[in-house]
Parts: sequence; C-alpha cells; structure tokens
Amino acid sequence: MTSAQLQGYLAVGYAKRKFVDRLMRLLLLVAAIVALTPLFSVLFYVLSRGLGNLNWAFFTEVPKPIGESGGGMANALVGTATLVGIASMIGVPWGIAAGVYLSEYGRSRVANMVRFGTDMLASVPSIVIGLFVYALVVVPMGGFSAFAGGVALGIIMVPTIARNTEEMLRLVPNHIREAGLALGLPRWKVILRIVLRGSVSAITTGIMLSIARVAGETAPLLFTAFNNRYWHQGLDQPIASLPVQIFTYAGPPDEVWNGQAWTGALVLLFFVLVLNVTSRVFFRSGSVGRE
Amino acid sequence: MIHRNIDTGLSSLNQKLLTMAGYVEQAVESATDAWRFRNVAKVADVYQIERRVNQHHLEVDAACVQLLALQQPMAADLRFIVSCIKINNDLERMVDLAVNIANNTEFYLQGAAVIHIDDLAQMSDEVRVMVREVLDAFVKTDERLARRVLSRDDRVDAYKRKIVEDCLESMKADTKVIEQGMNLIFIAKNLERIGDHATNIAEDVIFSVSGQDIRHENKVRTPEEPTT
Amino acid sequence: MSQQVEPILRVRNLNAWFGESHALKEISVDIPPSAVTAVIGPSGCGKSTFIRCLNRLHEEVPSAGASGEVSLNGMNIYGEGVDPVGVRRKIGMVFQKPNPFPSLSVYDNVVAGLRLAGIRRRSVLTEVVERSLRQAALWDEVKDKLSVPGTSLSGGQQQRLCIARALAVEPPLLLMDEPTSALDPIATAKIEELILELRKQVTIVIVTHNMQQAARISDRTAFFLMGELVEFGETSTVFTVPKEERTERYITGKFG
Repeated sequence: MTSAQLQGYLAVGYAKRKFVDRLMRLLLLVAAIVALTPLFSVLFYVLSRGLGNLNWAFFTEVPKPIGESGGGMANALVGTATLVGIASMIGVPWGIAAGVYLSEYGRSRVANMVRFGTDMLASVPSIVIGLFVYALVVVPMGGFSAFAGGVALGIIMVPTIARNTEEMLRLVPNHIREAGLALGLPRWKVILRIVLRGSVSAITTGIMLSIARVAGETAPLLFTAFNNRYWHQGLDQPIASLPVQIFTYAGPPDEVWNGQAWTGALVLLFFVLVLNVTSRVFFRSGSVGRE
Repeated sequence: MIHRNIDTGLSSLNQKLLTMAGYVEQAVESATDAWRFRNVAKVADVYQIERRVNQHHLEVDAACVQLLALQQPMAADLRFIVSCIKINNDLERMVDLAVNIANNTEFYLQGAAVIHIDDLAQMSDEVRVMVREVLDAFVKTDERLARRVLSRDDRVDAYKRKIVEDCLESMKADTKVIEQGMNLIFIAKNLERIGDHATNIAEDVIFSVSGQDIRHENKVRTPEEPTT
Repeated sequence: MSQQVEPILRVRNLNAWFGESHALKEISVDIPPSAVTAVIGPSGCGKSTFIRCLNRLHEEVPSAGASGEVSLNGMNIYGEGVDPVGVRRKIGMVFQKPNPFPSLSVYDNVVAGLRLAGIRRRSVLTEVVERSLRQAALWDEVKDKLSVPGTSLSGGQQQRLCIARALAVEPPLLLMDEPTSALDPIATAKIEELILELRKQVTIVIVTHNMQQAARISDRTAFFLMGELVEFGETSTVFTVPKEERTERYITGKFG
C-alpha cells in the first residue's frame, strides 16, 4: 500500500468515526432527557395539584372531620418531625459507630460479616422492618406508638449512615492516621479527634440524606406509629406523619381529602428537596480529607 | 538569595587554595633571593615550604572530590571547582620548580660567581610579578589582571632565550665555567616553567570567571628554539 | 566526628516481616546523635520499613511484625511491656506526602501533639507554636495566618508545617520518610537547608530515594539492599570510596 492510499483510507475512516461520535453524543443526550423526564413531570404534577390548597391553615390546623372543608396537617408535620427526631437519636450514633468500626477496624472476619449484614439490612424492604418492630416493640408495649415508629425509621437509617461514614472515612488517606499515631496518640484518639473531625461535613451530608429518605417512608409506620387524627398524646401513643396522612387522604373518593393529600405530597417533596440540596452545598463547602 | 550548603564548602576550598598560593609565592621568592643574594638559609626555607605545600596539595584535592561527590556543583560552582583542581596541580608543580631552583642554587653557590648575567635577576623579578599578579587575579576573580599575566609570559620566554645564549657563549669561551653555566641555564629554565604554570593558572582563572576557554588560542607566540 | 560518641539509637538484629515476606534481615547499626543519617537503596529494599520500625509504626500495618532490639538512649523500645504510644511521643516522624490534619488550623496542627497529650494552657501552646514554626523556618510565612486551615498552605509549607508539628513535642529523634519526594525543587532545597539547620538540635534519620540528596545533607549513609544493610559509614566515604562492591554499583548507577 502506498502512502497516498493509506492517507485515503485514513481520511475515509476519520469521516466515519466523526459521524459515529456525533450519533453517540446525540443518543446520550436523549437518554439523559428521558431519565430526567419523570422527575420533572412529578414535580410539575405535584405542584399543579398541590399548590391550590397550600395555605397557612395547612401548617397550623389539624384535619377537619370528613365532609368538612378546610383544616390542615399540622399534627402530621409535627409527627414526622418527632419521628425523624427519634429515628436520628437511634440511627445516627449507631450508624456512625458501625461506620467507624468498618473503616478503622474493618479487616477482620467479624467486620466482613458486619459489612455484609449492613448491606443486607439496607436492602430489606421497609415494610418488613415495620413488621419486625411491630413484633419487637408494638406487641410488648401493647399498642402503636411514636416510639415504635422512630425505632423503625432509625433501623432504616443505620445501614445508609454506616456505609456512608465508612466510605467517607476511607477517603481520609492512611498517612493522616499514621501522622497521628507517629505523634504518640492512641488509635481511638486519632480516629475521634483527627479522622472523624476531618470528615464531619461529609458524614453530616450522609445523615441529612438518610433523614430525607426516612422522612418519606410510609410502610414501616403503618404497623408502628400508625396514625392519629389529632395532636399526639405522648411518645407511647400513636402519632400522625406526613406520608401516612397522604396515604390515608389519597384513598377515599373525597375531593377535599384528595386535595389535602396533594398538598401534603408537595410539602414532603419540598422538604426532601431542600434537604438534598443543602446537603450537597454542605458537602461542597466542607473540607473533606480528599487529595 | 538563599543560603546554600555548598557555599560553606566552596569558601573553605577557596581559603585552602589561597593559603597554598601564598606559600608558593614565598617559595619562588626565597629560591630567587637565595641565588641573588647568595643566601644559603633561603634554600632551607624553600625545602620547608615545599612540605607544607604538599600537605595542602592533598587537602585541596580531597576537598574538591568531596564537593564534586556530595554537592553536585553546577555552572559557576562547577567551573570554580574544576579550576581549583587544575590550579592546585600548577601550584604544586611551581613549588617543585622552586625546589629545583634551590637545588641549582646550592650547587651554584659552591663556587665564586664567574659568569655575570644581569638578565637573570630581571627575569626572576618578572616571574615573581607574574606569580603575585596571577594569585591576585585568582583572589579578586579579576579577568583583566589574569590577561595581563598572559602577556608577561612572552617577556619571560625572551629573557630565557637570551640567558641561554649568553651562558653558551661564556661556556664556549671558557670550559671551566661549564658547570656554573649549566646551573644558571637550569635556573632560567625552571623560572621559565614557573612562568608557564602561572600562565596556566591565569587561563584557569579566566575560565572560572567567564567560562571562556582561551587555551591553545594564540599559538602565534614566538616559537621557542629547542633548548636543553 | 569520632566513632566513639555514644549512639542515640542502637539497633541490634532487627528483623521485620510483612506476612510471610522477610522485609528486614538482621539489621544492626548505631545511629550517632546530633547528625543526619541517610538511608538509601532501591525501591523495595526495606529502607522505609527500617525507619518505620524505629518508632514502631511498622506494626500498625496489618500482618506486619518485627523483632530485635532498638534502644533509644539505652531504652529498648521493643522491650516487654513497652507501650508503642509512649515510644512514638519521643520520636517525631515526617512522611512522604505532606499530611497536615484536615480541618485543623495551622496553629492547631502544630499543637496537636501537645493538646492531645493534655496540655491546655494557651500561653504554653502559643509559645510552642512560635518556637516550632521558627525551627521549621515557616514562622515568617504563616505568622499572620495561624488560623487558616493547614491544608490551605502550599505543598512545601505543608511539609514544613508537618516538621513543626513533629518538633513541637521536642523529640530527640526525628524520622523522615522521603520528605521531599512530593515537592518541587525549590521547596526541596528549603527542606534540605532546614535539615542541615535542625541537625544541631535533633538527630535525624532520613530515608531518601534521591542519592544526591543523601550526599548533600547527611553525615552518615546507610545503604540497604533487599532487606539487608550492605554498608554504613561516613557519607563522604560511602560516596567516594565505598567499601562494598554492591554500594559502588548502586551509587554509580550500574544497577540492574
């Protein structure tokens, strides 16, 4: 083959490659649009249906009896906050402790079992966790309660926080730990004061995301926190929550209730969105031990 | 400018070489004075100085090797050290030549002076100035002074040719003065060689300061006639 | 430099392993005080493992182990019942990559060792910060920004910050594991100058893959090859007339 021939072949090949490149780019763009479509349609739909009922009363009043218009979901908002609070008190320390263990001592066989267990727990359907807590807490306590709901949500938080904490701590280069050890610090102090401290923002991000996730959980609350049409009477009593309230109000063919459900969905969606965005901003601004 | 570790080594090398150069200057002066003023004590001085110079010769070499091995000198530093190695050699040769002159003088002083050569005194003055000037040029890293040394070398060579001719004439006239004549020729020859080494040093100084290698450039100097 | 000086560190029959692989074989050496000892050798020769054994950091790596005797001023740090944490307080270490503690300020980085050891008096800490940063030739560059994060400094400054952090607890011995391998030539020159300055106050053992660096800054040089100490002697001797054929071949670049 002469050089001229070779150049000819190469020129043809180049044109073809360029065409394929353009085509692929176009396909990827289409795929990205398709992937984003559901998100935007959900946003749009929830906004259009829920915005109409959004008023001050929604945040300050308890639901009106069926058939009456007006009223709000104040009890459910407080309920969700309470449940998330209880869940965090259980899930955050437990999750972080597990994450630290996995990252810092995670080379043993026990650690591998813990890691496997965490992954299993993360994939257990949330309704099963609800049933588990029903058997473990609700039955012995003799009834549905805010506490039981919090426990269920807390359990769901643990694997997410644990794995996130582990990942974030693993991002801290090993020579940072060695620097601490070389200064004559015991390992636990190195972990607590240097490694964890350096990843606070990243770990917090993980916590916020897991809160955003459990705030929208419905299934595990059905057998644990149940629901309450009024302000709750204590942590050992059933408690209302936004997702369950939406679930309840969306069912019956009642215009007013359905409208309330849409507004509840809008508020919940907004809450989750805010948490996601803040955590992202938080993660970016925080200095993580990245190279 | 940041302080560099190599500077300590370089200045101590410089110091060693200067001390050594001072000794060489003394040796050349003592050797020529011994002959000129018929002073045997000066001959002993030359031998003593030689031992000190030899000691320095070893030390300077060792210091250069250390600097080359440990400090990885570059550019001006490298040129300086390489020049030091060569100057060190020249200085050591110069003191050996001074010892030769002292030797010749010892023999020469055993008899009364028969041949009178005024040029030899002038030649030794010229060589002493060369030695002093080249060492000055080295100390002050003065390229112009070094170039002046180069021009003096031609005059020294001319003196030597003249002295050899005069001695040969006397020796042809009177065979009894052959021994004395030979000694005078040797002294002149050794002085001329000291001048050559001073020239070498001048060239090294020019290289160290400017990076210019001017050796073997002006081969147009008056050709030497074969002697001894 | 006389050979008779009492060594600050006496190493006898030191062996180290990574699992099954024998990383250091029967190392015996005396490290003289107030001097810089360089450890050189090709990659994987055990030079890093060697200095990591000197403050018992080696054993923090899973499956790693060591045996033998290492005496710091007469106390065997591998003796029975000796707590490695206590050992490490007396021996400073600087690593290959600058590693200031993330999200700690320059000030907090320097006093990290003191603070975590329980010293809280602000006046004491502030004094130590200035002294250590001056020792590390960093004071003038950071005295007006002691509260910025340590990680916001330049690479060379970070490394000098790490040196200051190690010096803050006034260790008699400072270990350096290729401290300039991640730095540019100017930052490297500054660190080398600093090492020559520090040698008056603290004994330094430095691992370097850069032979010329060892030649420039050290008083003694140890040459390691495949886990063995091949040659140990005055740097000027090792780099001009090495005793061992293998050393000669390595420093002249004739190695495999």
